[in-house]
Amino acid sequence: MIYLTRRAMFSASHYYWNESWTAEKNERVFGRCANRNGHGHNYTLEVTVAGDPDPVTGFVVDLKWLKDAMEREVLAAYDHKHLNLDAPEFAHAIPTTENIAIAAWQRLEPAITAAGGARLSRIRVYETPEIFAEYRGEA
Amino acid sequence: MKAYFGRRYMLSASHRLHTQALTAEQNRAVYGKCNNAHGHGHNYVVEVLVGGAVAAETGMVVDLAELDEAVRERIMNRFDHANLNRDRLFADRVPTTENLCRAIFELLRDALPAGQLEQVRVEETENNFFECSARG
Repeated sequence: MIYLTRRAMFSASHYYWNESWTAEKNERVFGRCANRNGHGHNYTLEVTVAGDPDPVTGFVVDLKWLKDAMEREVLAAYDHKHLNLDAPEFAHAIPTTENIAIAAWQRLEPAITAAGGARLSRIRVYETPEIFAEYRGEA
Repeated sequence: MKAYFGRRYMLSASHRLHTQALTAEQNRAVYGKCNNAHGHGHNYVVEVLVGGAVAAETGMVVDLAELDEAVRERIMNRFDHANLNRDRLFADRVPTTENLCRAIFELLRDALPAGQLEQVRVEETENNFFECSARG
């Protein structure tokens, strides 16, 4: 089994807000992230797929295909967007790094599974170089 | 839904790789320039990975302020700008980055809620790193 990872960058804005809480509680729990005017990050998306190299091509996955799938399924929805306002999955869910990793998995997994061969193994999303979240699918 | 959250911290410390179990000559042979009598130092990167269910209310697996506090209190206050060889954890253990990684894992595992710590990675330089994980 080989694990192959491809990176891509996207830049987006967001804010953290739980609609069922008071403004005071949102500000206490989320601090500066609760600023309703939003703020932004340069995110790094890491997509890891797992599989055996194809006996003919030697590929676990065609990297150009993976790049295109990441751009089509994830970056088109998130890059240079406001996650709370532009991405339907965050209309009510909070776009934390954890939830972005899960949502990116849900966007990408059907395309990778449909292509056959490699399976999606891990999604890691860096919000800054020091902070990241990852999702490995349902355990 | 289980997800993982990672955070990277930096600490600067000195150490000397040397064991009483070997002769001076053997120490030099095994540890090379890391055996330098007066020690040397690194900017270590400590990457902490915690796992858990994503809380519906916050969208988070961990309170970042609580994680930062545990790392500051248990790891940074102890090892940052310190000589690792002088720490009692390394009184009879060589402060290799393998042993430092395991020590940090155990200190943090005991400080965080049970089952939360998934992995600790310690990067000694940009070119080498060590990992210690809950899976053994």
